[in-house]
Amino acid sequence: MAEVQLSIKNLHKSYDRLDVLKGVDLDVHKGEVVVLLGPSGCGKSTLLRCINGLETINEGTITLDGEVISGKSQAEMSKYRQKIGMVFQSYDLFPHKNIIDNITMAPRKVQGRDRVSAEKEARDLLARVGLLDKEKAFPRMLSGGQKQRVAIVRALEMHPEMMLFDEVTAALDPEMVREVLDVMLELAGQGLTMLIVTHEMAFARAIADRIIFMDGGHIVEQSDPETFFTHPKTDRAKEFLENFEFVARKRKNDSV
Amino acid sequence: MDWTFIQEYIPMYVEAGELTLTIGILGIILSILIGMIASAIEYYKIPVLRQIVSIYVELSRNTPLLVQLFFLYFGLPKIGIRWSSELCGIVGLSFLGGSYMTEAFRSGLETVEPIQKESALSLGFTPLETMIDVILPQALAVTVPSLVANVIFLIKETSVFSGIALADLMYVAKDLIGLYYKTPEALSMLVLAYLIILLPVSIIGTLLERRLRYAGFGN
Ligand SMILES: Nc1ncnc2c1ncn2[C@@H]1O[C@H](COP(=O)(O)OP(=O)(O)OP(=O)(O)O)[C@@H](O)[C@H]1O
Ligand SMILES: [Mg+2]
Repeated sequence: MAEVQLSIKNLHKSYDRLDVLKGVDLDVHKGEVVVLLGPSGCGKSTLLRCINGLETINEGTITLDGEVISGKSQAEMSKYRQKIGMVFQSYDLFPHKNIIDNITMAPRKVQGRDRVSAEKEARDLLARVGLLDKEKAFPRMLSGGQKQRVAIVRALEMHPEMMLFDEVTAALDPEMVREVLDVMLELAGQGLTMLIVTHEMAFARAIADRIIFMDGGHIVEQSDPETFFTHPKTDRAKEFLENFEFVARKRKNDSV
Repeated sequence: MDWTFIQEYIPMYVEAGELTLTIGILGIILSILIGMIASAIEYYKIPVLRQIVSIYVELSRNTPLLVQLFFLYFGLPKIGIRWSSELCGIVGLSFLGGSYMTEAFRSGLETVEPIQKESALSLGFTPLETMIDVILPQALAVTVPSLVANVIFLIKETSVFSGIALADLMYVAKDLIGLYYKTPEALSMLVLAYLIILLPVSIIGTLLERRLRYAGFGN
């Protein structure tokens, strides 16, 4: 097994009096693709946000490449966040910047890279996701799927060691989901470490090296995707999967 | 209209106009500074200072400028604080304008969605870089129209300065009316003087708004 890249130990997080994460332990290995599943409100987004310091944690430690990154100030986090790319559910491009500037702003300002090489790399990445012709466009001119692909490119341009994806297709029209998932599949194929929250079960099954199932603030079950989807161990995981099947059957009946 | 009268007293208006403008500009600059600091305090939710800001905003917005000026000019000397009427004018205008500017900046900052800040942070921007490069440009585009409106409002408010014996435009007009009964002439010149000052502000403001709103966001 490859070395551990991200290690979470006994992570506790509460909002006011609501305990959301109640002692989460998780190791993610270099190059591993981990998909996080679980019912709405179980704390998946909170977990991702804790990892890159958008939420302060109550207890536990988060370690990246052997370095503790939890409990740092916002200013200190800047260094570690460069190693962790994150893409959110809502389209989060900067509306006042065109696409190429959206992508090159952080590498230039934060990493001090020069404009020419930053833009060259941005164009290469845009070409890879099929958006080279949009470099001068503004975010509001793009479709949701295009925006999410740019958001992924923007994170990649920082050369992150791992990527966090929080339901990046959940707000998309169905016909745009595929184009974004394909980009993620390609990244997984290149050996990028990824921690993905998604409600796309077929995609989860296809991309994951390991499935983590969360419920009630705990990791309840983890296994390889085949095992998880065919022989879930816990009742809660079974119930969770049945919900999706139910949706599928109902749709089939509707269309008859 | 008595044109020779008008010609004779134009220099007085020019002088008063300069005074009005000087105090107005200084007061507006200070207002903007107060507004930036106070809205930053609100935005970053700094304890204690935040409560002081909201008391200040309520106090300043809910009392007329003339009352504030009376307090500064006639009230404070009673407890030993003495200032010139010019200084009172600047301080009074900043005290009033600061709260309007605070509201303008605050509403601008509020329109920027939290996700903007979070995605900037997660790209490795420091909190300060996030503010300067991501939040402020978006907030200012929203703020500029009310900023311009506030500037015009504050310059108009200077007309109550005559109440504390400042020889501003209003004061000169009242003076001339009192001395010579040349009411139409004095008032026409007064209106004209304000127009000369305010029209350019208004035009520049409109241009600025258009630039920010349409060019910046690629509409
Ligand atoms: N900023 C916040 N303040 C208070 N409560 C919050 C906050 N953010 C999340 N919560 C609560 O914490 C719990 C976990 O939220 P979280 O967003 O992590 O769930 P999730 O697993 O991502 O759900 P979903 O699948 O719906 O996205 C929920 O009950 C939510 O209401
Ligand atoms: Mg979520």
